[in-house]
Amino acid sequence: MINLIRNVSLLVFFNSASLWVAAQDINTLVLKAKQKIDKVNDYEASGKMKTNVTFLKVPIATVKIYFKKPNKLKVKSEKGISFIPKGAVSINMNNILGNNDYTIIDAGKEMIGNNLVRVARLLPNDDNSDVVLSTIYIDEANNLIRKAKTTTKENGTYELEMTYGRYAAYGLPDKIVFSFNTKDYKLPKGVTFDFDDGSTNNPVDKAKAKKGRAEITFSSYTINKGLPESVFL
Amino acid sequence: MSLMLQVNNLSKQFDSLKAVDDLSFTVNEGDVYGFLGQNGAGKSTTIRMLLTLIKPDSGEINIFGKSVLHHRNEVLRQIGAVIERPDLYKYLTAYDNLSIFAKLSGLKISRKLIMDQLQMVGLADRSQSKVRTYSQGMKQRLGIAVALVHNPKLIILDEPTNGLDPQGIADMRNLILTLCREHGKTVIVSSHLLTEIEQIANRMIIIHKGKKITEGSVSELLDPSHTIVELQTIDDSKTLELIKASSWSAFLQPAKSGIRLQMNKVAIPSLAAWLTETGTGVLAINPKNSLEDYFLSLTNPANYVESAAN
Amino acid sequence: MWNLLQIELYKISKRPRTYIAFAAITAIVAIFQFAFKADGGSYMNLMLQSVQDTFDLDKSKAINGYFMCYIILNTLLIQIPILVALVAGDAISGEANMGTLRLLLTKPISRTQIILVKFAASVIYTIGLLIWMALMALFVSLLIFGADDMLIFRVKGDESQILQITKDDIMWRYFAAFGYAAVALTVIAALAILLSVFAENSIGPIIATVCIVIVCTIISNINVPIIDNTIKPWLFTSYLVGWKGFFYIGTNADGEPLKGTIENWPAIRNSLYILLAHIFILISAAVIVFKRKDILS
Repeated sequence: MINLIRNVSLLVFFNSASLWVAAQDINTLVLKAKQKIDKVNDYEASGKMKTNVTFLKVPIATVKIYFKKPNKLKVKSEKGISFIPKGAVSINMNNILGNNDYTIIDAGKEMIGNNLVRVARLLPNDDNSDVVLSTIYIDEANNLIRKAKTTTKENGTYELEMTYGRYAAYGLPDKIVFSFNTKDYKLPKGVTFDFDDGSTNNPVDKAKAKKGRAEITFSSYTINKGLPESVFL
Repeated sequence: MSLMLQVNNLSKQFDSLKAVDDLSFTVNEGDVYGFLGQNGAGKSTTIRMLLTLIKPDSGEINIFGKSVLHHRNEVLRQIGAVIERPDLYKYLTAYDNLSIFAKLSGLKISRKLIMDQLQMVGLADRSQSKVRTYSQGMKQRLGIAVALVHNPKLIILDEPTNGLDPQGIADMRNLILTLCREHGKTVIVSSHLLTEIEQIANRMIIIHKGKKITEGSVSELLDPSHTIVELQTIDDSKTLELIKASSWSAFLQPAKSGIRLQMNKVAIPSLAAWLTETGTGVLAINPKNSLEDYFLSLTNPANYVESAAN
Repeated sequence: MWNLLQIELYKISKRPRTYIAFAAITAIVAIFQFAFKADGGSYMNLMLQSVQDTFDLDKSKAINGYFMCYIILNTLLIQIPILVALVAGDAISGEANMGTLRLLLTKPISRTQIILVKFAASVIYTIGLLIWMALMALFVSLLIFGADDMLIFRVKGDESQILQITKDDIMWRYFAAFGYAAVALTVIAALAILLSVFAENSIGPIIATVCIVIVCTIISNINVPIIDNTIKPWLFTSYLVGWKGFFYIGTNADGEPLKGTIENWPAIRNSLYILLAHIFILISAAVIVFKRKDILS
């Protein structure tokens, strides 16, 4: 009996706790997520980048990613040639949350995989900002940003999906899937003299052809050990 | 004497031109065989057919008792030839040229063999000079060396004295005679000059417009009993009457103008004495071999006298 | 036969014109290397155009020895038939012009042998040119520009692509490509030899070979369906650039290049068959014509 009462009271407690969490102010939630990220002053990460763009047939690149507050980020290929998406700097969440000059709007809840997330829309207060709108999907239980969408004036929309593991405590993902817009690639006529082997392309969805994806899988992070400015040059 | 070469009913036509027309002749072992004809008579075409450079339309060629068409390589291995100009690789040295053609003849060459051959034609000291720097005579000698390097049984020389100076011509003549007499080679030599053939050949053929005119031994064809004697006197008609009335009339030949007799060369002094005796003012007695006369008439058809050929 | 070939190669080696082609290749390659060393970035900018708006790329890494060789081959393999024709077109006609043909043909060697030996010598010369080109364009470029991954800019159908081949996966492709180019250029040599049989001076067959290559190349590059389906598959010029097939690396479903693979080996193999058939037909024709020919030179 005593056990039963204890169980019931525990259940009530947890239910009310979760209700309390659900009711948590979106501003607070964004702030908590930001605080987690703020623990990182700099990092050096190793990873593999897989680029998926219709016209680009490139191998998986071994990359090093360097970050330093407030929003310095550099992706370097370890060896060989790498096509680094220009928008890759936005994989750094500080880029989105860094300055506090935005208005946060609560846009409800969604499921990403098995995680229930809160959706927050960030509207920049500065009319001249390149970013028009950012939407972030925050895992409320862990204060982690699972997904982010940024619409810019110049370079279309970036989308980030993050999977966390070993470095979740610092808000650093083990894997990022980065989606971006690409332009059509056309070689100048008459410079290649190609071998026409009679094969044809699989018809490509034109809309899909303009979307690029880069998947970065991180193998390790070295956090807050200090980084020289020179790596960002 | 065994038969070395036999040509039967050989014909070749180029478009509308019948270059060789049903030609037959034979060459015996040890012959220096003269191949006489004007330029364009078909000499070169015939020689090229002997060497498989030109395919006959009909007829057969047997050399060493074998058909050249069916045993080409076997036959050619024993033939050395200089065809028209002695053209060689100008960018190579005499030594290189000679060793290349010796190898092509299937010969195992040694430096000594090549140098001996160059020595023979007097080019040993220029063996390392490029052929481009050679004079026509030197090229001709090198051509001969190329033709002889593989020690062939039969040597074919097409107009070998073309472009040579008198000394060169004499050297060539001596070389041909030496090859035949001292080395037992059979030589076929073509020319458009009777005098040249006359001096070296023992047998000969005359061809004209691709046809055989005559063939035989040079001594027979140039027999002195067939000498034509042309007379020039102060009064030809009176002299002609006198001859007709005398025993000399048996030798009289028809002529468009002047007086012609056909007789043995040895009777010329008697004829001269008789003419002096009879008081005909003799201006000239001009003896000619009938073959030469005929051959000259081919060169200048205006002089052609049909009877002279007989 | 080997004896004859040695003689033929010796003759080729002694002719000044033989070295024109080697000098030309050296000059062209040197000009390319100088130009790219001085201003390769501009070329990269042209090729990358819109890509640079979306991607960052280390262009200095992209201009490396392997890439240089590809660019040089791309240009040179279009011009090199002229150089091959220069020697092969002279094979028979040059001897006729010099007057040595008649002497050659009175030697106990069959005319078939002569054509085959002349052809073999032309092939060896062609391979010599390619080896020289490999030394100059590939190995010297590697010395000057270093080695790195290679980017291939390619138009496939109506789509442009950039392929990246990692540097440890390139060398064998070059060997294969040079091998293929040797077969392709052998067709030119065979054509030049066939034409050379007809002529008594070498200018005619050389110019005729070059003209045929140019005309056929133009036809091969006309993109009209009626030509695509009828004439093009039979023109050897449609296959001259087939060596590039070795650089079209195979990819998986994600578009990721698979090391050691070729996108369309059957197409390259079929091209090789067609080129070999051309060689066989051209040389057979040369033998037949030459055997029947009266030598009047």
